[in-house]
Amino acid sequence: MLNIENLHVKLEEEDKQILKGVNLEVEAGKVHAIMGPNGSGKSTLSYVLSGRDGYEVTEGSANLLGEDILEMDPEERAAAGLFLAFQYPVEIPGVGNMTFLRTAVNAQRKARGQEEMSSTDFLKEVRAKAKELEIDAEMLKRPVNVGFSGGEKKRNEILQMAMIAPKLCILDETDSGLDVDAMKLVADGVNKLRSPDRGFLVITHYQRLLNHIKPDVVHIMSDGRIVKTGGPELALEVEENGYADIVTEGA
Amino acid sequence: MAQPQVKFDATEERLAALSLPEGGWSEAARRDALARVRAIGLPHARDEYWKYTKPATLVAPEAPHAALFDSGEAPLFDAVDRLKVVFVDGVFDAEASDDLSLAGIEIERLGTSGADIHWAKDLYGRLELAGQDPVARPLAALNTAFATDGVLIRATGKAAKPVNLVYRHKSETSDAILHHCIKVEEGAELTVLENGPAAARFNKAMEVEVADNATFHHIRAQGRDHERRAATHLFARLGQESVFKSFTLTANGKLTRNEVVIELTGDDAVAHVAGACMGDGDFHHDDTVFVTHDAVNCESRQVFKKVLRNGARGVFQGKILVKPGAQQTDGYQISQSLLLDEDSEFDAKPELEIYADDVACSHGSTSGAIDEEALFYLRSRGVPVGHAEDLLTLAFLAEAVLEIEDHDLQDEINGRIEAWLLRRRAA
Repeated sequence: MLNIENLHVKLEEEDKQILKGVNLEVEAGKVHAIMGPNGSGKSTLSYVLSGRDGYEVTEGSANLLGEDILEMDPEERAAAGLFLAFQYPVEIPGVGNMTFLRTAVNAQRKARGQEEMSSTDFLKEVRAKAKELEIDAEMLKRPVNVGFSGGEKKRNEILQMAMIAPKLCILDETDSGLDVDAMKLVADGVNKLRSPDRGFLVITHYQRLLNHIKPDVVHIMSDGRIVKTGGPELALEVEENGYADIVTEGA
Repeated sequence: MAQPQVKFDATEERLAALSLPEGGWSEAARRDALARVRAIGLPHARDEYWKYTKPATLVAPEAPHAALFDSGEAPLFDAVDRLKVVFVDGVFDAEASDDLSLAGIEIERLGTSGADIHWAKDLYGRLELAGQDPVARPLAALNTAFATDGVLIRATGKAAKPVNLVYRHKSETSDAILHHCIKVEEGAELTVLENGPAAARFNKAMEVEVADNATFHHIRAQGRDHERRAATHLFARLGQESVFKSFTLTANGKLTRNEVVIELTGDDAVAHVAGACMGDGDFHHDDTVFVTHDAVNCESRQVFKKVLRNGARGVFQGKILVKPGAQQTDGYQISQSLLLDEDSEFDAKPELEIYADDVACSHGSTSGAIDEEALFYLRSRGVPVGHAEDLLTLAFLAEAVLEIEDHDLQDEINGRIEAWLLRRRAA
């Protein structure tokens, strides 16, 4: 589903190489986790895949369902099926959460040549999905993420993901800033979306999220490369021994 | 104070092109106003109050030529149940207007003949005169002296529906001077809507007396003609526990100066004035506001938002004056511009002058580009870049538009803004 080959990325503004040859394949139906110490390039990978400004791809490729996504605008990548749950969801004063969701859902449907969703159908679906994530009507009415707690912001990300129903979901440090209850809610929301035709890339610093979202494959990233790949047991190894051993071993 | 010769000459040249309407109850006020114009002199580029807006074309004896513009859109407020009063190039058009009768109000055309006694005699030119101090507004005095048409509205109860002043522009050289007097009596309620480009050059004054416990709402859209020029004045005096809310939408227009002068004279009164403007290219828009608190526990809000691109220029001069004894004043003022490119310019001059000690006044002014983070967030959710920019632009203007209390009218205005943005995106 997602194929990353020898991806090299540097910062646009300065001569700093962040990704130094990332190879990764995420299959449909699977959950891949990327773990790694701070500064290893995990978040950069998510930004580069979603099309954020400020990065320059110097070598390598990234394909989603056979399409080269690196040349696409962010909205085209979204229409192609990619979704990034932000580590720091952005506040947008003046734009209602509901308007935002509906605009996004309909923009994607339009880009895929589908009809726009009727407002009744949309409302019904949003309400049902919001309820599962314990997002109340008031939160839906408020401007996007404005005044939301950390947990509310993350739940709002998962609500967007559920409404948009992407092919590939990237979760960037979704567990950061969450208490246990909120993490469980978020994880339940993600698990509901697991399906044979959807892939997940879960980026996290800690193992604890992976207790709730069980990965099929775990990668360890260090200094811009994936240095080790294994099963769920690899995450436990990190939990026990830290990154130091694995990083040295991989280098 | 002696005027510079150039200013004196320009004033006399302008006055020579006008003739003072004679007779009727307004004659004395007109003569007084003419004397004021002569004493002050018309605005000149070197006047401090005109530092950011060149007054030459507003003062010239002849109106600059303005090409007519057909937007192809249905007129604004067409869907609203209202009493329509139509002016074509500044002349009342009885045929196009509704019957001038409405439950809750008395409404008539401003005439120059008639008896020497009229309720408007106590209002015509009075608020304009009061508004000349401490800052002179000579174009308003010129208006009082030479206005050729307008309406006089007296609300005695709750007006059955809004009064809509519609300004059509059909001559490329029209030079219109309109003066309206509105008196909202104790406990009465009135909404006035204004829309249309009016004329090649438009000088309009509106004096509004809002009595104790009365409510006045004002929503205007200044028409999309690219070449029109306008200098407008809105004077309001508020009684105890009265409410005054005014919103203006300006899209396009070579030159617009909207002055608003509000005096809160009764305790517990509320005055809100807001504006949203969008300019693209040869566009100059100036909001000049002066709010005077002269009573206890009054609230005033000024919310002005400007979206500018392709060299468009926005100006805001806003002042809150809190007089001695106007305790518990709650004053707020915000002026912001969204600059969509590097060629556009916004000049802001916020001022507070406070002579009471138990007062909460805040003011702020910002200029900025579209928030890149928010833009990326929207795009990452599949919203195309142009649409995402429009959403963020609407969000930027929202604080001003939300000052319109009526939701249907709010929707009408938002519809116009969205259409404007959509056209810019298509262009």
